[in-house]
Amino acid sequence: MSRYEAPAVAAPAPSAPATRRSWSVPTRWISTLTLTTLVLLWWGVTAGGLIEPLFLPSPLAVLHKAKVLAAEGYMEASLWQHLGASLGRIGLALVFAVITAIPVGIAIGYSRIARGILDPLIEFYRPIPPLAYLPLIVIWCGIGELSKVLLIYLAIFAPVAIATATGVRTVEAAKLRAAQSLGASSAQLIRHVILPSALPDILTGIRIGLGVGWSTLVAAELIAATSGLGFMVQSAAQFLVTDVVVLGILIIALIAFALEMGLRALQRRLVPWHGQNR
Amino acid sequence: MPKLILDSITAHYPGAEQPVLADISLTIDSRQLMVALGPSGSGKTSLLNLIAGFVAPTAGQITLDGVPVRGPGADRGVVFQDNALLPWQTVLGNVAFGLELAGVPRAQREAKARETLALVDLAGFAERRIWELSGGQRQRVGLARALAADPRLLLMDEPFGALDAFTREQMQELLLQVWQRAEKPVFLITHEIEEAVFLATDLILLAPDPGRVVERLELPFGRRYTAGESARAIKSDPSFIETREHVLAQVFAQRTASQGAFA
Repeated sequence: MSRYEAPAVAAPAPSAPATRRSWSVPTRWISTLTLTTLVLLWWGVTAGGLIEPLFLPSPLAVLHKAKVLAAEGYMEASLWQHLGASLGRIGLALVFAVITAIPVGIAIGYSRIARGILDPLIEFYRPIPPLAYLPLIVIWCGIGELSKVLLIYLAIFAPVAIATATGVRTVEAAKLRAAQSLGASSAQLIRHVILPSALPDILTGIRIGLGVGWSTLVAAELIAATSGLGFMVQSAAQFLVTDVVVLGILIIALIAFALEMGLRALQRRLVPWHGQNR
Repeated sequence: MPKLILDSITAHYPGAEQPVLADISLTIDSRQLMVALGPSGSGKTSLLNLIAGFVAPTAGQITLDGVPVRGPGADRGVVFQDNALLPWQTVLGNVAFGLELAGVPRAQREAKARETLALVDLAGFAERRIWELSGGQRQRVGLARALAADPRLLLMDEPFGALDAFTREQMQELLLQVWQRAEKPVFLITHEIEEAVFLATDLILLAPDPGRVVERLELPFGRRYTAGESARAIKSDPSFIETREHVLAQVFAQRTASQGAFA
């Protein structure tokens, strides 16, 4: 342990006498340290023979499997095809969800009547775990792509619509009045004031929706699919190919992480005023 | 010449028995700078909201050049206390916003916006972001935004209330210069007595419970400033001090009267 603590203690001494804090290590370094420790622990217990490879293959074995899968594929489809199938489903669902949920959210936030009609519907289905109504969707729409995309669509739709409605409802009254006294029509109010004002909330809704959607997708693929990352993990588990299982889980986690980081970057780019003093 | 007439206006908060404003009649025309001064609760913000069209009166009628006011519109520009600028637009975008809503082509509206920014001494700030500006600069952008849409009348809702004393005095002088150059009537509300006496060509004193006009004064000080006299000279003039003390005494008389009514 002391090997890792050494740079942490040494760092502030030459560089930051002004802050006068003994722990002025960036949080990112601490996080990196946690991950490194975890991987080393993993490597340690597998290399030391403490755990059978059947239960936990070594990091190197998983890495090697990644190369093999990328080249040869698994279950008649390459790793890229599995990846592509999953990303295609969530991408399609996301596009449809954003196109429909934002107008619905604006309607809920803007009009009392629309809120009366749509709010109970969304609040009714939102708390149900998507996997609970997956069987019904399979009965209605079959086991093909449609039911999976529909499931993810529903999972993303609710958080985006609710976040949009919240954003619309919390638009500052003074900004609306300012635009009205400059002659804005209702459509202009939505386009120039309400939508940009709600954009930070909408993006947060999309972030939450993508998180829910991705976990729903993988779960749906575990149950009913012939391709995709979830399917890959599930079928590998049935044949006790543990390295593929671990690899699949790692890829799923990496993609979720990349989606989250990408959206945060997008948020910083699109709404630079968010968090600035107004 | 624009002419705004308030004819026996009464207004209530939604659901309230007691009116916030009772039987207010006013006329604002041509080169007037009317200041409504009153303590909180005297309905001065309600009065401005009525003229702007944000709320409707329960009795009486407001007309601008003979046309009844039925809602907010570009003919009455409003400057807000907390500026209400749009942070997703640049300074230029904010100032040109009214013209954009009216469908004026980009080149034309930006030229007009730059011209208006120069009028409020912000010529070099067109590409800045709103959050990069100080409070006084934001208020000037707010003023420029209202002016650029070329309203017939300018309404100002305690525009300098959130500024520090030094910036506020600068803004008062700037407002008088702009008022003179833009040649538009201004209706401004404030609770600052010295500000009111300095700016107003016409000062109305409001009293609360219910909000009503208790005194009207025609004052020369704002016009003396635009004629070239310095603000310091005006504010240290005995007649300015005398007027200020008179208004102060009136406000205090109202306050003791209303407190006496509750005691």
